[in-house]
Amino acid sequence: MSDISKKSLTEIVKLIKKKEIKSEELTQSFIKNINNDKKLNSFITNCSENALKKAQNFDKSPKLETLLPGIPIAVKDLFCTKGVRTTAGSKMLENFIPSYESTITNNLWNEGAFLLGKLNCDEYAMGSSNETSYFGNVLNPIAENTVPGGSSGGSASALAADLTPTTIGTDTGGSIRQPASFTGTVGLKPTYGLCSRWGIVAFASSLDQAGPMTKTVQDCALMLEAMAGFDKKDSTSINKKKENYSKNLTENIKGLKIGIPKEYRVDGMPKEIDRLWENGKKILKDSGAEIIDISLSNTKYALPTYYIVAPAEASSNLARYDGVKYGFRSTKGNNLIEMYENTRSEGFGDEVKRRILIGTYVLSSGYYDAYYLKAQKVRQMIKNDFDQSFEKVDAILTPATPTSAFKIGEKKDDPISMYLNDIFTVPVNLAGIPAISIPAGVDNNNYPLGLQLIGKPLDEQKLLNIAYAVEKKINFKQSLNRWWENNV
Amino acid sequence: MSKETKKYLVEGEKGQWEVVIGLEVHAQITSKSKLFSGSSTKFGAEPNTQVSLVDSAFPGMLPVINEFCIHQAIKTGLGLNAKINTYSVFDRKNYFYADLPQGYQISQYKNPIVGEGEIILDLPNGSKKIGIERLHLEQDAGKSIHDLDLSNTFVDLNRSGVALMEIVSKPDLRSPDEVNVYVKKLRSIMRYLGTCDGNMQEGSLRADVNVSVRKEGDTKLGTRCEIKNVNSIKFMQMAISYEAQRQVELLESGKKISQETRLFDTKKNETRSMRSKENAHDYRYFPDPDLLPLNIDKNLIEKIKKSLPELPDQKKERFINEYSLNSYEANILVSEKEISDYFEEVVKNSDKKLAKNWIMGDLFASLNEKNISISESPVTSNKMAQLIDTISSGVISGRTAKEVFEIMKETGDEPKKIIESKGLQQKSDPKELEKIIDKIILDNKDTVAQYKSGKDKLFGFFVGQAMKVSGGKANPQLVNEILKQKLK
Repeated sequence: MSDISKKSLTEIVKLIKKKEIKSEELTQSFIKNINNDKKLNSFITNCSENALKKAQNFDKSPKLETLLPGIPIAVKDLFCTKGVRTTAGSKMLENFIPSYESTITNNLWNEGAFLLGKLNCDEYAMGSSNETSYFGNVLNPIAENTVPGGSSGGSASALAADLTPTTIGTDTGGSIRQPASFTGTVGLKPTYGLCSRWGIVAFASSLDQAGPMTKTVQDCALMLEAMAGFDKKDSTSINKKKENYSKNLTENIKGLKIGIPKEYRVDGMPKEIDRLWENGKKILKDSGAEIIDISLSNTKYALPTYYIVAPAEASSNLARYDGVKYGFRSTKGNNLIEMYENTRSEGFGDEVKRRILIGTYVLSSGYYDAYYLKAQKVRQMIKNDFDQSFEKVDAILTPATPTSAFKIGEKKDDPISMYLNDIFTVPVNLAGIPAISIPAGVDNNNYPLGLQLIGKPLDEQKLLNIAYAVEKKINFKQSLNRWWENNV
Repeated sequence: MSKETKKYLVEGEKGQWEVVIGLEVHAQITSKSKLFSGSSTKFGAEPNTQVSLVDSAFPGMLPVINEFCIHQAIKTGLGLNAKINTYSVFDRKNYFYADLPQGYQISQYKNPIVGEGEIILDLPNGSKKIGIERLHLEQDAGKSIHDLDLSNTFVDLNRSGVALMEIVSKPDLRSPDEVNVYVKKLRSIMRYLGTCDGNMQEGSLRADVNVSVRKEGDTKLGTRCEIKNVNSIKFMQMAISYEAQRQVELLESGKKISQETRLFDTKKNETRSMRSKENAHDYRYFPDPDLLPLNIDKNLIEKIKKSLPELPDQKKERFINEYSLNSYEANILVSEKEISDYFEEVVKNSDKKLAKNWIMGDLFASLNEKNISISESPVTSNKMAQLIDTISSGVISGRTAKEVFEIMKETGDEPKKIIESKGLQQKSDPKELEKIIDKIILDNKDTVAQYKSGKDKLFGFFVGQAMKVSGGKANPQLVNEILKQKLK
């Protein structure tokens, strides 16, 4: 059989269900790829040994009526996994082993999957290049010196390099979609509240949302089906019936109206991004959709709004990492305050500290109204823009990122330019609506570029259908020379 | 209660000063589990045995509101004749401390669940309305224990996350006595409602006391100081007296009061500065993104309103009308639900006046003497009713009843048993009494002659003799009747 690890999740599931392969064989092929990788640094914790045992157990009495029968899955190291260390990419949690399992991973395991490993990410999911991780940079399989994007950089890299058949990430301002776009993979940020946040290390609670990262749109539908669902342990979880996204997937999008927001055509955007966008419009038109120009007039305020709201929430969410109860504690200091100061100075990296400082500042008395409160108002305006547009259109098409993958270190010392990378993805989080990034072309360097489709709240099915149609027409194929393997 | 009806003023060297007091009472909600977790709230458990992952703020843990606590807060609000806000918001109050695992306390800041209300105090010189500013829900912190070890502080998180109501009064109180009556009335209302047990020893009721002074006749409020976390009414009164005196002395010597937080040292009976306004915490309140705003259905409020028990003020009115009590008596009998229940149990089948006198007289004296509550009294309401019955049915005299009660309050025995075993029954057989009286008349011929010649006062002598001969057991009423007949 040709290399099983290169196949889509949907194909693999089919093979398992037809009993043409065993879970052990499947798991072995990914373990082989993981062991061959010497450069990507996408794994923080390798769970191969346990995964193999789980695979063997599965094969002994295979439950084939589940969605993910016998599938090994590596996940972003922001999901708490029972008995397996969960670091959030931080020194603070370097040795933290949860006694509990996040709802989302638990949902996957209930559908027959098991844990293959924990994937690298920006520290506390704060970053757009995976360069803020305490566990080091992750490389993008597309080219040796490029970043995989962030914060779910390890997830995107491992997926693109066939180290896991599918994965999950979290998206607070683009952390699933931007790395998907950089690595030529599919990434979906669901409607806020569709996937439970329980057991996910929090960054910015009102924006954080877990979602699937996959090789195909069909895989994405399958994964979302496995992940989504009401969770009474998360007060922001939406109580609605489960949907069969994969079964109901169709490429028939005739008559759907697709909005093109003029505000997403930003100054200095590379020509190839523009071309990509035009091509996307053409494909949609060819598929029978109607293209409509729309305006999302407050788009330009999205990034500054995001960089007030997210750090504000983060500054409070990260207060619990104080060295008292669990995680890293500095040995220096003669009293409680000094212990706090040293623990947090030594335990957090620069980007995390920067955001805690920004967040603390914008919530401070005397600044609250000018920053936090105003940002909340603007956030509502941004949401209103989308609401109004969705009275006219079924979905919105934009580029996923303003550039393709950049070089390691290129933006590391320029936070503003780094933040600008999220310019197309951030408004979606502020509005709490779903969006998907799919690979749609390449730039001059042959680096992948993604298109983003934005949908109405809880309209994931339609979004997936449109993405499915575009994917079929574009027929994006990525061939990587596996430079990261030691025998190449 | 003080009988003083004069206005409470602090005598300074340069005149008289009025004291203005406002209270922030922290009342623990009577509830089996905590405000945002399922952990038990039982008092007195081993340290850190009632702590969930949420209470100890593990990564990815989320708060879920305990609906029962919401109902309790609404109930309390209705008991305070307050406005229930159908929209309220949970905010985070951010500060670092070892016994605050999250690094923030979930509280309500701008939008509390209960708005303005009032409490009516019965004071020696009439009734007085004290305004309630608001009631909001919040979590309690854990407990830091500093005195177990010289160099270490221990933390007990059993209280962490326990539901509190903070009940803020308007600055309407004017003396330590009023504070006493206010806290007792508030506690009584909550105990009637079953929303707070009011147990100050166990920390279920604490208060921050705001004190300022102003020249008598001034209408502008002075600068206030807040005395934190005072846990008994006596200490509140002592702290107020000290603080008012301190402020008067400062002002009279030409100094200014600086707004600050102070501590009351119960050993030295003085307040001390804890932190000045400049050093006050900036709590960086903002809406908790893990919790949705609380929308309360008007029907729920109506439902709870209908389920409210009779409250002290209503009960007092009824007692006055139904049992012919005066206002003072009614006040005392309704001050605690247990007392009013006891009274009603007794009065159900007994003489009203006897019931009132026995409860407010001998029973209260015995409770005071033993320093126990009415529910701990060995003389249960049932036994008290029996005792009163034996008096009204003439089995024993009132005087003998006192003897019986003395035994009851020690042993808790039934009155009938005591009367029988001690042979205390009254002699109510007319024939037997006639025999005794005939003998007395025969033995005291001279006195009989004197009586008949007009010395009416000698009647008492014969009664005394009859009682003496009968060992105090003769039914006095019958003795009277027979004597009157025989001495005609």
